[in-house]
Parts: sequence; C-alpha cells; structure tokens
Amino acid sequence: MTISKLVLIELWKRKSQLITGLLAITLGIAVIVAIQSVSVVSEQNVARNLDNLGANILVLPQGASIDDYYTSDIDAPTLPMDYVERILTSTIAGVDNMSPKLTRRVKVGNQSVVLTGILPKSEIASKPLWQSSGLLGAQLKTACAPSSSANQSHGMEDTKLQRKAIDTLYSEDCLVGSQVAQRLKLSANSKINIVGKEFKVVKILSETGTVDDDRIFANLKDVQTLLKLENQVSAIEIMGCCNAISEGLLGQLRNILPDTRVTTIGQIVSTQIETNQLMKKITLVMLIIIFFVGGISIGNYIWANVNERKREIGILRMMGADRSTIYKMFLLKALILGIAGGILGFLLGTIAGVVLGPYLAGIIVKPLYLYLLWSVLLSVAISLAGSLIPTYLAAKFDPHNNLQED
Amino acid sequence: MILQGDKIVKQYNHKGGRINALDHVSFSVNKGDFVTVTGPSGSGKSTLLLSLFGLIRLSSGTVMFDGKRIDNITDRHLTDIRKKSVGYILQSFALIPYLTTIQNVMIPLALEKIPVNEQVKRATEILDYVGLSDRKEHLPRELSAGQQQRVAIARSIVHHPQIIMADEPTGNLDPTLSLEILEFLKKINLDNKITIMMVTHSPIAAEYGTMKLHLNDGKIVNQKS
Ligand SMILES: Nc1ncnc2c1ncn2[C@@H]1O[C@H](COP(=O)(O)OP(=O)(O)O)[C@@H](O)[C@H]1O
Ligand SMILES: [Mg+2]
Repeated sequence: MTISKLVLIELWKRKSQLITGLLAITLGIAVIVAIQSVSVVSEQNVARNLDNLGANILVLPQGASIDDYYTSDIDAPTLPMDYVERILTSTIAGVDNMSPKLTRRVKVGNQSVVLTGILPKSEIASKPLWQSSGLLGAQLKTACAPSSSANQSHGMEDTKLQRKAIDTLYSEDCLVGSQVAQRLKLSANSKINIVGKEFKVVKILSETGTVDDDRIFANLKDVQTLLKLENQVSAIEIMGCCNAISEGLLGQLRNILPDTRVTTIGQIVSTQIETNQLMKKITLVMLIIIFFVGGISIGNYIWANVNERKREIGILRMMGADRSTIYKMFLLKALILGIAGGILGFLLGTIAGVVLGPYLAGIIVKPLYLYLLWSVLLSVAISLAGSLIPTYLAAKFDPHNNLQED
Repeated sequence: MILQGDKIVKQYNHKGGRINALDHVSFSVNKGDFVTVTGPSGSGKSTLLLSLFGLIRLSSGTVMFDGKRIDNITDRHLTDIRKKSVGYILQSFALIPYLTTIQNVMIPLALEKIPVNEQVKRATEILDYVGLSDRKEHLPRELSAGQQQRVAIARSIVHHPQIIMADEPTGNLDPTLSLEILEFLKKINLDNKITIMMVTHSPIAAEYGTMKLHLNDGKIVNQKS
C-alpha cells in the first residue's frame, strides 16, 4: 500500500464522477486543439499552394473567395473565357503569362476528386492572337527578367515546373495527382471515366503536398464541355511582371474586367494572415476562458471530493498522516485528472479537426502531435491551479471534527 | 510511567457559552496498563481520549508521553508520534470504505513508508492473529460489524504502537461480539505489553481495566488501580 496506490484505487472506484470533473477541461482543450490544427494546416496549405501556383495575380469571379478557388464546389461561380481575350487584346503591358482554369469537384466512381481544366502551352501558342501578343514570347520574359528569375529560383523543383508548364495535353488525355492516383488505383495509360467520358491517364504527377495531389488535370475544352460550362472558367492565373504590378497593373486589369475580383497573391496572403491573427486572438480568449472555467470546474470537483472524504481525511490524520500527505493525495488526483483531460482533449480536438477540417476549411488536417504535449501541460497546469485551494483546505481540516460519528 | 496528564483543561466555545469538557483532569498511566475510562454521556471521555495526542487541541495543562512533554509541540511532531506510537480504535470502526481488509491494515505501514512486501507480510500476520485470514480481499461493507472491528484492531496494532486508544470499541456491537473484542484487547495487552486506554460506558467492559478512571462533568471523580 502506498498513498499513490490509494489515490488510484479511489479514482477507479469513483470513475463515473470523473466524467463530470473532466468535462469542462477536456472540451476546452479539444476546442483549442481543433482550432489550432485547422488553422495551422490551413496556413501551411495556403502558403504551399501559393508557392506552387507560379502566378502572382488571380482573376476570380466577383464574390468568389480564395477558398472557393481551392475547394471548387459545384456551385462555385465562374467567369467567361472571353476575358482572357479581353486581356490579350487590351494594351495592358506586363502580363507575362496567363492560364485560365476551370475547376470542379466531381465524382469518379464513388470518390470525390477535383477536376481541373487547363490550357496547355501548345494550345496557347497555337492561337495566333495570343502568339502575336507575345504572351509566351521571349521579349516579354526578358522584359521582366528580374522578377521571373527570382520566381524561378523559388520554383525550381521539377514537380512544380512540370505542372506550371504543361506543354501538351490532348483532348481525352488527363494528368492525375498522386493522391487521386492512389485512391483510384490509377497508373499511367489506364483508362478513367469522368462524368461519363473516357479519359486516358498520360501521367501520374509526382507528389507536391498541395491540393494538386488531389486533382485530375484535363484539357480545358474537354472539361468545359463535360461540365456544360461552355466558355466558362473559374479563374485566370496571371504571371504579372513585378514592376508592372507596382505600376498599376491591377488597376488596369480591374478596369477592363469590371465584374471580377482581381487580386494579388500578396493580398491573399495578407488576408490569410489577418484570419490567422483573428484565430490566434480567439485561441487566446479561449485559453483564458478555459483556464478559469476548467480550473473552477476541477476545483469544484476536488472540493466536492474533499467534502465527501472528510471522514477519511480525519481517519488518515488520526493514523499519523501529515498535511503533506493530504496535499499529495489530492494534488496527485488533480495531476492524473489533468493528464487525462489533456490527452482526451487532444484526441477529441484532433478528431474534430481531422473530421471537420475538410468540411469547414476544405483542407486535409493532420494531427499535430506536438500539441499533445502542450495539451497535457496546459491541462495539468489548469487542474493543479484549480485544486490548490480545496487541497489546502482539506489539509487544514481539524481531524477531530471529521472523526465524529454520525 | 508512559502517559501522564496534569491539570488538563479543554473548553469548547459553543453558541456564545463555554463548555468545560475537561476541567483540570490529572492522571497517570503505567506501561502495560489497561485503563478504562467511564462516565455518563457528555462527561468528556472522548475529549480526553482524543486530546492526549493532539487530535483535539487542549486549552491548558500538560501531557507527558514516554518521558517527554507533548502538549506544547508542533502539529507535525504530534502527527509523527501518532504515526509511530499510537493506535486508535473507534466505535464506528473508521475503515476506509474503498480499500480491502488487507489494504486498510497496511495504511499505518504505508504512512511509515515501509516497503510493500514487508507491509504485506506484517498485515497478513496480524490478520491471522485476529482471525481474518480468509477475509483479506473483502471490502468493509462485505464484513460483519464484529469483523470490521477486528480489522480496525488489526490496523491499530500492525505498526507495533506503544499505546492503543479505544473510544467505545464495543459500542456498536452486540454483547457476544463485545466480549470477543474485549478478550482480544486483553490478549493484545498481555501478549505484547501494549498499553491500552479504553473509553466505555459498559460496566462489563469497565471490568477489564487494571486501572479505572471515572469522569463526571469533565472532572475525574474516581481513580482505582
Ligand atoms: N466540537 C465540540 N464543540 C462544542 N462542544 C463539544 C464538542 N465536542 C464535545 N463537546 C461537548 O463537550 C462535552 C464532552 O463531550 P464528549 O467528550 O464527547 O463526551 P463523552 O464522550 O463523554 O460522551 C459535551 O458536553 C459535549 O457537548
Ligand atoms: Mg464519546
């Protein structure tokens, strides 16, 4: 027999009471973990996706958000393809590269994948109008030499380049992201039926760690026909010349495309930063609330436990247990509760993040194992802090009064 | 002389008034005595028994135990003396409800931080001695009143105390069981030379005393040995 064993036996014998004692702290930790795991991943995702985009200006339909752009829900708004031409025929200078895309979440078999229609370089190049505007011409590239080379040094990895510059993609061919390939068990040259049309997989793209891994790329024309969105695109990604951007390229684009949302990556990033800061503030407020609510709730539980065990405390004191033994009894119990609350809260929060993340934020949330440590530390701190006063009072009990027979 | 009280006073403040629960009580107990404390209800018997080793703080007077003054020492010190040298038996058994028989008996050893295998060995021996070898894994509520009190007795002697303080140990037991418990206490007193101080209001129990204190209204009115 040891005092620690006594604590464990008592805890076990009254395990049903534990649930009430742990509820507040567990839920609190769970909420923080869920918020954190979603926002951390969404932050990473946005950063990675933007890095991978290879574009610095996005033309989105009016009212569309960057999230719509990535989640590509069925009702996401679109804009007409003509806008591409409108940009090209305008006198705006500084558009280095342009890629219209149509993106939709579709079902393949019973799996949900994102289908993205793109215009391969060869097709862009084949359009005389585009060619003449020098969209792919060397002269524009050199004009923007500083920014492009800076950009290239960022995106040197093959995987990124391979996707940014898809030279040819014939009708009825498709490129498959690594995740999709895994889920649908696809390999190069296999056939795949997308919304009733047969496609040939020409290549499995190597893993990029971005939403692209979950996508199938096909020729824009095919996708438009397939989705009955003739001449519609979800976005136009533009590689703008850096100097041009600072000299008002955005304003010029907005002028010729009045009913769209023209935004720079910088803006998207700063919006995301603002969201993250808001999340951090919410987390901080939650933290404070949880500290008090969780602490008071555990303290209340321990106080009830102390009162229930007044007689037992008296008996132990009678047998020669000193005050520190009484402290140990209740603080050890609080410690165990804290650890349990932290672990449970972490599990609950992580499950919530993993399950709800894709729904709420359209992102795949992975467990943040480091947060287990933080959850436990936080929960233990709250639990011990909340138990200090009841424990102190328990040890101060007059042993005699609590021995009295009833 | 193992235990000695001199002009012990205990006053309780109660609803504005003062109750003299112990009013200049003096007595002395020799090692190996079986002391019985009798007196009408409310005469101060429990107060006397519980105040000697600090479970109740005295108002004034001196207490000597084993040659040392213990009425003016710290709570920590008194706690230590209770842990090492005193065993208590109460009318209500005072067992810890969620611990088994053997676990209850091991508590005093656990408080002295005796190694667990040694604890098991000693608790098993003592449970044998009080005839409860076959009830080791029972919880208190699974035992009869007489068995519960035998667990309490085992617990009070397992750490080899110098003195046992018993407050109406047979108060909750029927006459046959009472006799059994009293015989047990007598056996402990004789076998192990453990001094016993027992509060009782039963004349039969009082007959076990080698020294008898009679209290009335907080005063000792009769002392026989
Ligand atoms: N905690 C207390 N507060 C006030 N009065 C008390 C308290 N405990 C005992 N008393 C009073 O002290 C007197 C002696 O009580 P007690 O020692 O319990 O008597 P006995 O054990 O002989 O029945 C009684 O009058 C009782 O009411
Ligand atoms: Mg009494």
